[in-house]
Amino acid sequence: MAAQSNNAHANTRASSDTLELDGIVKRYKGDTVLDNINLSVPTASTLVLFGPSGGGKSVLLRLIAGVIDPDEGQILINGRDMADVDPEDRGIGMAFQNFALFPHMSAHNNIASSLEMTEPSKSRLKAAVESVAKLLKIDHVLDHTPRELSNGQKQRTALARALVGSPSLLLLDDPLRNVDAKLRFEMRIELPALLAQQQTTVVYVTQDYKEAMALGDQIVVLAAGRIIQTGTPAEIYQQPATIDIARQFGDPAINLLSVTPQQDDNGLFVTVSGTRLPLDSGYGDISGKPCVLGLRAESLTFAEPGKTDNTGPTIPVTIEAVTPLNEKTVTLAMTSGNRELLLSRPAGTDGPVAGEALVCIDASTIHLFDEATGLRISHNQSPQIPHSGGTAAAA
Amino acid sequence: MNEYGFIETWLRRIAILLVIVFFMFPIVWIVLMSFQTNETILRIPPSAVFEPTLDNYRALITGKLETNAAALDIQFMRNLGNSVLLSVCSVALALLLGVPAAYSFARHKTRFSEDIAFTLLSFRFAPPLLVLLPLTLYFQKIGLADTYIGLIWVYQLICLPLILWIVRGYFEDISEDVEYAYRIGGHSWFATFRKIAVPLAGPGIAAAGLLAFIFAWNNFIFALVLASADKQPATVGALAFVTASGIQYGQIAAAIVLSIAPTLALALYAQKYLVEGLSLGAVKG
Repeated sequence: MAAQSNNAHANTRASSDTLELDGIVKRYKGDTVLDNINLSVPTASTLVLFGPSGGGKSVLLRLIAGVIDPDEGQILINGRDMADVDPEDRGIGMAFQNFALFPHMSAHNNIASSLEMTEPSKSRLKAAVESVAKLLKIDHVLDHTPRELSNGQKQRTALARALVGSPSLLLLDDPLRNVDAKLRFEMRIELPALLAQQQTTVVYVTQDYKEAMALGDQIVVLAAGRIIQTGTPAEIYQQPATIDIARQFGDPAINLLSVTPQQDDNGLFVTVSGTRLPLDSGYGDISGKPCVLGLRAESLTFAEPGKTDNTGPTIPVTIEAVTPLNEKTVTLAMTSGNRELLLSRPAGTDGPVAGEALVCIDASTIHLFDEATGLRISHNQSPQIPHSGGTAAAA
Repeated sequence: MNEYGFIETWLRRIAILLVIVFFMFPIVWIVLMSFQTNETILRIPPSAVFEPTLDNYRALITGKLETNAAALDIQFMRNLGNSVLLSVCSVALALLLGVPAAYSFARHKTRFSEDIAFTLLSFRFAPPLLVLLPLTLYFQKIGLADTYIGLIWVYQLICLPLILWIVRGYFEDISEDVEYAYRIGGHSWFATFRKIAVPLAGPGIAAAGLLAFIFAWNNFIFALVLASADKQPATVGALAFVTASGIQYGQIAAAIVLSIAPTLALALYAQKYLVEGLSLGAVKG
């Protein structure tokens, strides 16, 4: 990239975080759409804001961009308080879900618009636009207007417009939402490389857990205006803080069964389809409390009949359907209690296709949630309620 | 047309013809009248066959009206000039004031903005005569009576609400994200207004301007009360053809033809914008 000029703002405070949000609150007509949001994004890392629509992700992004103002709290970009800084002076780039291209300008001028105020030289401006266009493979359509571009080209133009100024902070609002599945898959591979190349700090909003897992160094799960969980993709996947998060991350979806733990002389256990599944004492005293047991589809395996050295207790099931997907095969099985279980195994491996079978549950991979609150019951420590926002600094 | 049968096709054509004749007949008849003398116009039964004459237009352009009683001076060309001046200046001023106001009403909703916008619209509900009488007195006091500036000011009652409400709808239709994107790209709000909002609302602004121009051009009552002979537009000036020795139908027809020509030409030229503008962005581009 030719120009670095958008990085004009000198750091007023030594900090390794490009972006810091401190107690952000936003209300609309009495409704609190964002409640006490605290987070920080280290320089050159990618933070993914994940959550259902209406969770406040887009509002948060617009607050960071400065096009709307928070009711409370502080936004720091490169250590500088943004309270009275207009959007044009924040040195950021942003790509919108609906692309938000300027319909009356060519793709070239659309991209150039982000740089023309800081790059006085026409030739350097042109070179910068062409180089970012080449990077995004739209250099052959630069003289087209948005109307003449395909959806994929529009999306790349919008991305190019956000990238061209080499902003220190890049905000991407679900940029892959409105493009077709093939392109989304391509971009999911391409984007991380592109962002790494730019050495840019990124805040990325998405509703797609695969995007979140592929792009995020850190994932923040937002729901109803609060931060529910913050962590690395692996942490979110392996230790989802709530039933909702467990359900949203994973394909096929996690199996959720209502259980009630019980205590006897041999310790804590739950009963799944007539089979005793022991829980170790790390869960604390939860006997009698209605719980939800989460079993990831890929952590369930078929046990060979008659074999005794299985990795865990087994339950009998009836195979209902086997669906081969590209890289995995998903099996729908029914327990004797008429509960559905989804199992996933790598494609090409053997497994039963019909009739009766045994499913083996590895006790070390189970998730246990409080049915009443939906919160994860933590292991090896007393059950703890994660309060919103407080977990943000964990990364 | 293949989806309709032969008879249906012709019935449709006849129906369209009837509609065209119904709407175009008055205009065609006036154009025919403008080439006739009073005698041929008033003969009974009327006929479309006559010997065309350019006397009416000659009289208007030279300003000498020959009646069978006496020769009169008329100022129709000056009136036409006044119409152009008043309408163009009024619309220009209304655009200058109305477009930024419309943008502000569309983008910055405050507690009273809806009330203010409605108050501005309500100026169009008031009967003009109600406004005119007190206004005449005030204008005489502050020296604005019988001036172009005073008239252009009063014409804002016609033009401003129209432009404000049509253009506001257009600004509301522009995605806010498009404007945000331009600002984040390093541009001030004013640059965003000029380079993004105004061009994107362009068809609406053109349509609103055109409509306001037609309304201003056709205005009669404000100019009748507030302007003296040398400031009067064509609508009021046409009264001069009602003379002591009779009504000069031929000249009136010629005057009408001359005074509808600019608006007609403008409307035909901007037909596309006008239709787009009146459908208020119902079809997204």
